[in-house]
Amino acid sequence: MITLAQLLTLSSILFALSVAGIFLNRKNVILLLMCVELLLLAANFNFIAFSRYLGDINGQVFVFFVLTVAAAESAIGLAILVVLFRERRSINVEDLNKLRG
Amino acid sequence: MLAEGLFYVFGTILVAGALAVIISRNPVYSALSLVLCFVTSAAIWLLIEAEFLAVVLVLVYVGAVMVLFLFVVMMLDINLEELRTGFTRFAWLGWLTALAVIFEIVGVVWVRGLGIDVTSTPAPTAPDYSNTLALGSVLYTKYAYPFELAAVILLVAIIAAISLTMRKRPGLKVQDIAKQVAVNSRDRVRIVKMEAERREEPETLAGEPAHTEAKRP
Repeated sequence: MITLAQLLTLSSILFALSVAGIFLNRKNVILLLMCVELLLLAANFNFIAFSRYLGDINGQVFVFFVLTVAAAESAIGLAILVVLFRERRSINVEDLNKLRG
Repeated sequence: MLAEGLFYVFGTILVAGALAVIISRNPVYSALSLVLCFVTSAAIWLLIEAEFLAVVLVLVYVGAVMVLFLFVVMMLDINLEELRTGFTRFAWLGWLTALAVIFEIVGVVWVRGLGIDVTSTPAPTAPDYSNTLALGSVLYTKYAYPFELAAVILLVAIIAAISLTMRKRPGLKVQDIAKQVAVNSRDRVRIVKMEAERREEPETLAGEPAHTEAKRP
């Protein structure tokens, strides 16, 4: 059977890869959103693994809510992206300087 | 043993998919690799008996969120060359961070053990155990209020996404249904009784509104 340590290792590899993806694709907003989705997936892996191995269903309920919020987040993020592209004709992060930050 | 073998196969596919997401040149390929990641994750979740969430992951993520991503990626006309410049400039930092994160998490898990035996296998569930039933019996009782809050969050997301992307274009000729329904026949047509006119000079004829009896010989 699969042990908890194997699952946690897999999720840590997934998490690290998505963090590296944020570093690599730091100009492309779409890729950044995808990396955030991957990061949330790695976090969900941990929740489900602990929920299964500790025999506690509450962790899976939490994953359910994380999925809900992540879906809302990506919908709003993509809407902002579309508006940004309409305004600037580009999705480069370096073009996002309208707020003079 | 079979489950462990399948876990290794799926884990390899998952890591390869995640790598393809972050290093592929085309965002469409990234999105499709992310679909592969989600499907493989759902398979692993099935292996550790979280069946309901595995199905939800495929339905919600692969069915809805990734389709939305693909729509946006294909709709926007992106200049990829400009976005790829400086791709390798901070790559070493990214890989270093990734290695550090993996090293830290794996070290903590394998050495400390988190207070529980991480190398143990979970207790097998009863043959009539239903993951959906267990989840639902908690979700609709203990977590009923957060469940409704999640529904409100989704509603807010719908309204925000629509109001952000809807635009009013000036000079567009559209029907105003309310005005069309509210119109009265007396506002549109006015019946005027008038005398029949005789033939006159052409310039006065041109000045007349259309349809005069005087035109006829």
